[in-house]
Amino acid sequence: MNPPLGSPEPRTYSEPMRPPQPAVGQSPQPVRQIAISVEGLNLWYGKNQALFDVSLGFPARSVTAIIGPSGCGKSTLLRTLNRMHEVTPGTRMTGRVRLFGDDLYRSGMDPTILRRRVGMIFQKSNPFPTLSVRENVLVGLRLNGVRDKEVLRERLEECLRMAALWDEVKDNLNRPGISLSGGQQQRLCIARAIAMRPEVLLMDEPSSALDPIATARIEELVHELKETFTIVIVTHNMQQAARVSDHTAFMYLGRLIEMGTTQKIFQRPEHRQTEEYITGRFG
Amino acid sequence: MPLPAEKTELEDSPIPVGKAASPWGNATFRSVALAAALVAVAILLLLVWQLVSDSLPTLRAFGLKLLASEDWNAGAEEYGALPFIYGTVVTSAIALVLAVPLSIFTAVYLTDLAPVWIRQPLVSLIEMLAAVPSVIWGLWGIFVLVPWLRTAVFPALRAVLGPIPGVGSLFSGPIFGLGYLSAGIIVAVMIVPIVTAVSREILRSVPNLQREAAYALGATRWEVTRIAVLSYARRGLLGAAVLGLGRALGETMAVTMVIGNSPQISASLFAPGYTLASVIANEFGEAGADRMYTSALFELGLILLVITVVVNVGALLLVRAATTKGGSRFA
Repeated sequence: MNPPLGSPEPRTYSEPMRPPQPAVGQSPQPVRQIAISVEGLNLWYGKNQALFDVSLGFPARSVTAIIGPSGCGKSTLLRTLNRMHEVTPGTRMTGRVRLFGDDLYRSGMDPTILRRRVGMIFQKSNPFPTLSVRENVLVGLRLNGVRDKEVLRERLEECLRMAALWDEVKDNLNRPGISLSGGQQQRLCIARAIAMRPEVLLMDEPSSALDPIATARIEELVHELKETFTIVIVTHNMQQAARVSDHTAFMYLGRLIEMGTTQKIFQRPEHRQTEEYITGRFG
Repeated sequence: MPLPAEKTELEDSPIPVGKAASPWGNATFRSVALAAALVAVAILLLLVWQLVSDSLPTLRAFGLKLLASEDWNAGAEEYGALPFIYGTVVTSAIALVLAVPLSIFTAVYLTDLAPVWIRQPLVSLIEMLAAVPSVIWGLWGIFVLVPWLRTAVFPALRAVLGPIPGVGSLFSGPIFGLGYLSAGIIVAVMIVPIVTAVSREILRSVPNLQREAAYALGATRWEVTRIAVLSYARRGLLGAAVLGLGRALGETMAVTMVIGNSPQISASLFAPGYTLASVIANEFGEAGADRMYTSALFELGLILLVITVVVNVGALLLVRAATTKGGSRFA
C-alpha cells in the first residue's frame, strides 16, 4: 500500500539544500512518503526478458538497497528509475514508474529533465578526464545554463563539502578530476550528481572498485546524504546493504522476491531463497 | 610373429614420439623470416641513401638557398623549391579544413547517432571511396568538379568573401578553375575515408561509462557528444587529422591533374600552383640526363619524404596514445 503521493516542493537553484525539519507533533516513527513507486515492470533486452512484473516502492529520504546475485536484474531495475536503460538500443519496457506520483514514462516527460531530478553514480568512477575538479562538479549546472559566478562558486563548495571531498581538494580545484585517487574520484562523481540538486540518487555498486577504506568513506557519505536525498543503492555486498540501508529488496532471476526493512530481511526473511542468499548458500 | 613385438615396442613408449625435429628446419625458417623482415628495412635505407646521394649535386651547389628561392627555371639552372613547398602546404591545408570536420561528424554519426542497421553499410560505402584510384578522381576533377567550381562556386565565393579585409585576398583575383582550391577540394574528398575510419576507431574507444556520465546529468545527445565523447577523444582525433595530412601531402596524380602546374606563389586560392609531388611526376622525364635538374628533383623528393615521415610518425604516436587504454594519457 502506498501512502498518498504528493509532488515535492519545487526547488530553485539558489536556495541552499538542507535536511527536512521534523514537523511539530510528528510521530516518532513517521510513515515514510514513497519517492519512487514501480508498478508491474517488465523489461526486455531484445528477446531476453530481464525483469518480470516488478512492483515496489522506494521510501523518501532513506536508503533502499537492492541485492541479489549477478544477472538478477538489479542494475536493470535501477536504470529504469531514470530511464538510463533507454540509452541501450533494443530495450523494451511495460509497466509504470512514478516519481512522487509523476509518471516517468508519460508522453511529454523529457528524459533529460528527468535525469536532473534522479541522479546516478556508477560502478566505476567516471569523472570527465579533460575537466578539472571544479569543472567536473559544475558541468551539470553549466549544461542547465547556470552562469552566475556567485551561484556556481557557492554550489561548488557546498557540493564538495556534502561529498566529504572539500578539505582534500579545496587548495587545488583546477587539477584534473582524474588526478584524484579512486575513492576521491567516486566522491567527485557524487558531488557532480548532487550539484544538480536531484530528488533521488541512484548508486550502481558505487564502491565495488574501491579498497575497504575508500568504501567505508562512501558508506559514511551515503548515511549523511540520506538526510537530503532518497537513495537507491545496488550492491552485491550484503554486509554493505546491511550497514547502509533502511530497506532491502532481494531480487532473483529478474523477479522481486522480497522487500522489507533491512533488519527484517537479514534477520527474519520470509522466503527461503532470500535466506539462502543472505546466508551465502548461493549467489 | 611380428605382432607381439610391435606391441611391446608401443608399451615401452606410452607417449608416441615422432621423428626428432631437425635443428636445421627451425634455423632455416628463422633466417628466411628474418631476411624477409630485413628486406623492408633495407629498401627504406637504400631509398633514403639514394635520395640523399642524388640530391648532393644541388645540395652542394645551392645549399639551403634552394629552399628559400621562388624561381624554378631548369634552362637557366635556377632551382627554387619554395613554390612547390607552398603549393603542397596550401593544398593540404585546404584539404584538412574541409575534410576533418566532415570526417569527424561522419564518425560521430556512425558511432553514436545512426541506427545500428545502417552503420555497417555506410562504413563499407565510405571504405569504397578510399578504393577509387587517384587518376579517376583527377579525371572527375577535370571534367566535372572544376567546370562546376569555375562557373558556379568560385564566383560566388569571390563575391561573398572577396571584400572581407585579410581573408578576402585568398578569394580574389582571376578565376582559372585549375588551382590551389580545386586541388585542395579533390584531396579533401580523397582523405575523408581514412580520416573517418581512424576517427571512428578513436570514438569507439571512448568508454561508454563516459557517455553514461553525461546522460545521467541530463545531457542531450549533442551535449553527450560534446562533453563526453569529443572532449575525451580530442588527442586521438588530432592524430586522425594529422594522418590525413600525411596522405594529403603526398597525393600526386589527382593534384597534378587539377592544380594548374604553374611554379608560382599567389595569395589567391583561385590561382594555379604546383606541389612537390606534382613537379617530380611531371618533370623527371624532361630532366633526362641533365645532372643538376635530376638532382634538384631528387632534392624535392627528399624534402617531401622528410615532411611526410615527420607528419606520419607524429600521427601514429598521437593515435596510439589515444587508443591505448590507461589513465596515463591525461596525467
